[in-house]
Amino acid sequence: MVTADDTILSMCGIDKRFSGVHALRSVRLTVRRGEVLALIGENGAGKSTLMNILGGVIQPDAGRMAIDGREDVIRDVSHAMALGVAFIHQELNSLDNLDVAGNVFLGREPRCWGPLRLIDRHRLHAATVPYLERLGLAVHPDTPMASLSLAQRQQVEIARALALEARLLIMDEPTSSLTPAETGRLLQVIRDLRETGVSVIYISHRLSEVEQIADRVEVLRDGQNAGSLSGKAIQHKAMVRLMVGRDLDVPAGPSLQTTAECLHVQDLRTQAYPHTPISFSAAQGQIVGFAGLVGAGRSEMARAICGMDAKLSGTVSLAGHTLRIERVRDAIAHGVYLVPEDRRQSGLIVEMTVRENITLPNLARYSRAGLIDRAQEADVTERECRALNVVTPSPETQVGHLSGGNQQKIVLSKWLSMEPKVAFFDEPTRGIDIGAKADIYRLIRQLADGGVVIVMISSDMEELLAVSDRIVVMHEGRITGTVDRQAFSEETIMHLAVGGPDDGGSGRMSL
Amino acid sequence: MKKDLGILLVFVVLCLVLALLNPRFLCATNLQNTARLVGMFGIFSIGIGFVIITGGIDLSSGSLFSLLGVLLCLGLVDWQLPWPLVVAAVLGLGGLLGWFHGLVVTRLGIQPFIVTLCGLLWYRGMANFLADDSTKGFGNCQGFETLAAFATGNVLGVPVPFVLLCVIGAGAWVVLHRSVYGRYLLAVGKNEEAARFSGVNTKRIITSAYVISGLLGAVSAVFFAFYANAVQPSSHGSFYELFGIAAAVLGGCSLRGGEGSVVGVLIGAALLQVLKNLVNLLGIRSSLDFAVMGTVIFLGVVIDEILKRHRHQRGLRKVQEADSP
Repeated sequence: MVTADDTILSMCGIDKRFSGVHALRSVRLTVRRGEVLALIGENGAGKSTLMNILGGVIQPDAGRMAIDGREDVIRDVSHAMALGVAFIHQELNSLDNLDVAGNVFLGREPRCWGPLRLIDRHRLHAATVPYLERLGLAVHPDTPMASLSLAQRQQVEIARALALEARLLIMDEPTSSLTPAETGRLLQVIRDLRETGVSVIYISHRLSEVEQIADRVEVLRDGQNAGSLSGKAIQHKAMVRLMVGRDLDVPAGPSLQTTAECLHVQDLRTQAYPHTPISFSAAQGQIVGFAGLVGAGRSEMARAICGMDAKLSGTVSLAGHTLRIERVRDAIAHGVYLVPEDRRQSGLIVEMTVRENITLPNLARYSRAGLIDRAQEADVTERECRALNVVTPSPETQVGHLSGGNQQKIVLSKWLSMEPKVAFFDEPTRGIDIGAKADIYRLIRQLADGGVVIVMISSDMEELLAVSDRIVVMHEGRITGTVDRQAFSEETIMHLAVGGPDDGGSGRMSL
Repeated sequence: MKKDLGILLVFVVLCLVLALLNPRFLCATNLQNTARLVGMFGIFSIGIGFVIITGGIDLSSGSLFSLLGVLLCLGLVDWQLPWPLVVAAVLGLGGLLGWFHGLVVTRLGIQPFIVTLCGLLWYRGMANFLADDSTKGFGNCQGFETLAAFATGNVLGVPVPFVLLCVIGAGAWVVLHRSVYGRYLLAVGKNEEAARFSGVNTKRIITSAYVISGLLGAVSAVFFAFYANAVQPSSHGSFYELFGIAAAVLGGCSLRGGEGSVVGVLIGAALLQVLKNLVNLLGIRSSLDFAVMGTVIFLGVVIDEILKRHRHQRGLRKVQEADSP
């Protein structure tokens, strides 16, 4: 057992089986005081299992853990907290109906009025301020949680962890829902925490962030330690090699032949931004990336075009013909599909089977006289699963049981089985691993090469730059610029995303 | 239909036990009467099941029976209208009120519990008002003997409501388990947002479930009125909606929506009637009959939940095994 002075956590020989699956095999992990350790690996590599063990959510079958050199068994979540381990989950656990202070001190509110034990709001708010200041979060303690942005809520959770005197923060995919600017700010917060001696275990699929922030990288593959990197050796390529066990081919380069403009959107106004009409067009075979901060109105634009939300005004035309789209069904009839952002919420019905999900948007075609033709349904499902490499025990498996990457492939196959003309992808690779991402990029490119107009909304800058042929940037409901492939750069796009030349640096960036 | 096996087993065991304890259970009169009740309760339970599958609830059925029963008496006896017209009006009104529930639920976004609770109060009140708080009867059925004979009659010894239940049940089974509409209904109940993204007109689907519930409720209402031979507006059909909900839940419909089977609902409805029969035949004090039913429903739902968790675990394991090399 390592007991050097500056080691805050050491785990070794951690083993865990789930009914036949060997999730972790003799895994070791050490974290030093004031260190940012990035834990990376593909989905299913065992990162979550390992962190759940550390956070007290589940118990290991074998292995030893020591915190501050003292060997201990972490019994449950509150025990982990008492030991100074705080877990900030990917899906935030904040309570929207309370204010900021209420969340930071949830369960430990200062009391007053003696036996009545009412909450002392003054002391509660006063006690919250220092934590917010420490994180540079410029909100008042009595701000309702519901009015904060996702990034701000996340910082409140960090404040909560600090208030619990956490010395080891586990952050699971903390940037998956953040914009580049917010991500940058979060990384700065992590650096500041490191200065004050807090250790962070940072789990992320975004390797460029890992390059920027990590002091050391520990890679898991198939439930085993696959290697670790530190200092200058932390590089994108090296990490990918350790994660997948081989070099990964870069997503196929965009084909640069341009065809005539095909999809035209003219003066579209959405309910979220009624005063800023937007217009853009896209050519056949082109992948148009949509960049912008969260809340820039990109999803709302896609939802309005595809009939999910009513649009206030505007026309959509395809190859010269104006499309009348009043509900999703109309859009589908015209071959205009929206692959939504949140697959568990909007893309799939997770309790239904693979077969039922894939055929849902096109059931009319797989039926006769209102009755479903099961044989045809089974054929389509089999074909699509094979085409997209979906790993499932059977077409009758509940989608909710599959991994994130496989779920996302099923979302795609729902639409690909229907020969799209225009496809909107809203955050197509959020929270899925590198291998599955590459599959999805290849698919999107194939679609484009087959003559489909592709609009891809993404908050992942690497993804936008790698996959798009052209990037349209939005800020607060309007289009602030369009960048062609030759002019792609992170700086240009960021500049436009925060409002362009006129009011750069305003808005959410300055928080 | 693996899910229906559990309730089917309970039902069969219950019937066997009852037959052993009191052979009168199997006598023709008792079976016939029980089948008649199963038919009447089963028909509207299917409708409630459809509504529950969309994630909604229909509390108004019992009061609807009273209101439609009163109207039936008024139309046939007091106003002397031709019976096909009255029956058509009653069925139409049932469907219309269901449509109204559906519209309020989908267009105004008011919770189904509230909407149909108001329905429960309204229809009972309207029934009391229209009947002037007095019992309405059919007298000697002059002018609508055919209808009375049909509603209280048998086909080859099988009570008409039960025959009709078999026909409606078969239709409902095809609709729910084999048709596009049924798939949409389940999809909407499970995840309305995802269904909408897939181009399903979710509002129309949900509304239609309430229409079906109202319509099937009206069919049951006609039989209930003739079965009682008189409609006492303040008590006729009271609590019957709970039998429908219980049948649907026992039959595997989840109140969270998206789950349910027609066969399950039918067995559920039959189970409740056999239980009532059991209380009678075994000489249990009739004041206890609700308690007996409550116990059985409670046990049924708890056991179902335990089995469901078990199945879920097994499903997860299968996937993990397929994933691991």
